[in-house]
Amino acid sequence: MSDLETFRHETRAWLEANCPPEMRRPMTSENDTYWGGRNAKFSSEPQRVWFERMRDKGWTVPDWPKEYGGGGLAPAEHKVLREEMAAMGARSPLSSFGIWMLGPALLKYGNEAQKKEHLPKIAAGLIRWCQGYSEPNAGSDLASLQTRAESDGDDYVINGQKIWTSYANYADWIFCLVRTDPTAKKHDGISFILFDMASKGVSTKPILLISGYSPFCETFFDNVRVPKSHVVGTVNRGWDVAKYLLQHERAMISGMGERGVGRPLGQVAADSIGADEQGRLEDAMLRSQISTFEIDEAALGAAAERAVDLAKAGQSHPAFSSAMKYYGTELNKRRHEILMSAGGIEALEWESERSRGGARPRAWLRTKANSIEGGTSEVMLGIVAKRILDLPGA
Amino acid sequence: MALVLTEEQSMLRDSARGLISDKAPVAHLRSLRDSKDATGFSRDLWKAFAEMGFSGLLVPENFGGSGLGCVEAGVVMEEIGRTLMPSTFLSTAVLAASALSRGGSEVQKSAHLPKIADGSLLAALAVDEGTKHRPLQTNLQAVRSGNGFKLSGAKALVVDGHTADLLIVAGRTGGAAGERNGLTLFLVDPKVKGIAVERTVMVDAHNAARIEFANVEVDADHVLGEVDQGGALLEGLLNIGRGAVASEMVGLSEEVFGRTVTYLKERKQFGKLIGEFQALQHRAAQLYIDIEITRAAVLKALQTLDGDFEHASAAVAVAKARAGTTATLAVQEGVQMHGGMGMTDQFDIGFFMKRARVCQELFGDSNYHADQLARMKSY
Repeated sequence: MSDLETFRHETRAWLEANCPPEMRRPMTSENDTYWGGRNAKFSSEPQRVWFERMRDKGWTVPDWPKEYGGGGLAPAEHKVLREEMAAMGARSPLSSFGIWMLGPALLKYGNEAQKKEHLPKIAAGLIRWCQGYSEPNAGSDLASLQTRAESDGDDYVINGQKIWTSYANYADWIFCLVRTDPTAKKHDGISFILFDMASKGVSTKPILLISGYSPFCETFFDNVRVPKSHVVGTVNRGWDVAKYLLQHERAMISGMGERGVGRPLGQVAADSIGADEQGRLEDAMLRSQISTFEIDEAALGAAAERAVDLAKAGQSHPAFSSAMKYYGTELNKRRHEILMSAGGIEALEWESERSRGGARPRAWLRTKANSIEGGTSEVMLGIVAKRILDLPGA
Repeated sequence: MALVLTEEQSMLRDSARGLISDKAPVAHLRSLRDSKDATGFSRDLWKAFAEMGFSGLLVPENFGGSGLGCVEAGVVMEEIGRTLMPSTFLSTAVLAASALSRGGSEVQKSAHLPKIADGSLLAALAVDEGTKHRPLQTNLQAVRSGNGFKLSGAKALVVDGHTADLLIVAGRTGGAAGERNGLTLFLVDPKVKGIAVERTVMVDAHNAARIEFANVEVDADHVLGEVDQGGALLEGLLNIGRGAVASEMVGLSEEVFGRTVTYLKERKQFGKLIGEFQALQHRAAQLYIDIEITRAAVLKALQTLDGDFEHASAAVAVAKARAGTTATLAVQEGVQMHGGMGMTDQFDIGFFMKRARVCQELFGDSNYHADQLARMKSY
């Protein structure tokens, strides 16, 4: 048996022995996601057990180096772990912008002290992070951001406002883009800085969305003092860090659809609206939409797998995550349009217990943000046109 | 298995690309069309294919081939798709070689496989009968008679049927149209009494025939596989063909797209390169993304055919459906973005559009495979 096959057997055995049955069922509500942080509470005992066992193995961040709290797995081993977890339906033990976004950026751009300080706390779920990127006047044109950081001795003093800060009201720390040189060209005066959301002068205000939920906040900075040592990478070169992190964010969002889990969409629809005597979905047009969707979904799954393998082989284009982000988010919107259509009248209820508090329409509305957050679909297409196709003036 | 080509597969691609782009650019197809060539492809080039080992790619090593798989066949098909080279590679080296090595008796294998590998035998698969690809609707009657069968019926879109030395014919020995049971595959010599072959000049200037069978006598030794039980063998062959045609469409799509992007960077209107217009940039980017995703789906299907043949149907349906949709979009955008030039016969783009239409139809179009996928998933 090859080393990798041995690893697969051991991993499967360990997961079988350690993943509680409750943690192998599809997630049904927000409470099923564990985000960690200073004020984190587990929604159930199995959730705590599963998290702690995975944390102790370093498998909240399987591919990070062991010295920073990771599992130290090679890419091929990491893939095996993902496959084995997917095969048994094991939930992710910890969801975290620290893992998906900041961690990779710190590993590449952070100094040793910053890595030692922050990465182990991310891995152990001790600190929950949020992302301070967008501003009221800097959305798609992110680099025009105006939140300023003025030098004062060993500190920066930060003033300004961020918007669409995901879960800022629950976050412990923020990774934030600030303007450190107001005279430079817009991409050249930005720094990437980390600070505690409990700092004096930070306040947040949740934004009520069309889904009725408030996953995003406005975040205000009023003379917030942050030590200069908290800048990641070079001062005024924060755009490099920001772009690198955005690649990871886009990869994360493109993978957000519930690909290939649970019952096939066509059967969900058949449960709801019935089938003809040959077992075909009663609504022929919807059946055709669903099968076309499932073809595209399977193809995207193959493309995601290939993207990882191309990266391993050193053959991937750094802007390809924009292509995946575009396609994955548009596809997820299609999924939820189909789910709404399949749900028909039942899917229109907003508050009843029968509808689990309007879970389906709220999820449908939430997906409309997928093609806006992290860079709009139009921005993604522009990036592909410019950086991959090298079209003029893009 | 990693979803990228191995080093050996990349080398195969490079050598296929070298030969095909050198000897059979689109101009090759154009000249065969314009001269109304009776064969419709170059036998000399087929010899060159044999010398490179391409004709025996899927023939097992003990019968003189290289014993490679669907991924390798797809690599060559993709290069064929880039220049639209008319070749019997699909009919002979992919379909017939697979049919014989998967379903043939030792005698049948010994008789035909070495000749496929050395390039001396050309073959064709005769399945379709109606307007659309519906293999289970096969209705060509094969009635027991003496020590064999008598075949009566008609086949259409028999790719390379006009030049084949050997036909592989799907017939019905039992059951009713629509049923999988009762299908049987036959090895038929096209020169025997009762067979009428009509070469059909096709929209894409590639090669196909209509073939009529009137009480054609076939010896029982020439049954491929088991009588009445040919459905599974046929479906497997068709899946291999679908994977191969999907690969051809990936090559075709990428070539059209490359030519179109080049044009966007050269053509000026309103004092600007037309590639500066966002309306075109975004469509080009969408097409690029579609092609990349389709490429992954097709490679996935080919790897599944090689690694888990019995469970490849869903992956193949996904690949053929995606490839058909992507190629259709690629050629339409290709013509549209070339403007009036795209409508001229002088420009090559139209050749790609015509070939894409045939590839879409071959072995089931996107709608067919979407329907198949829904059936597989029970909805």
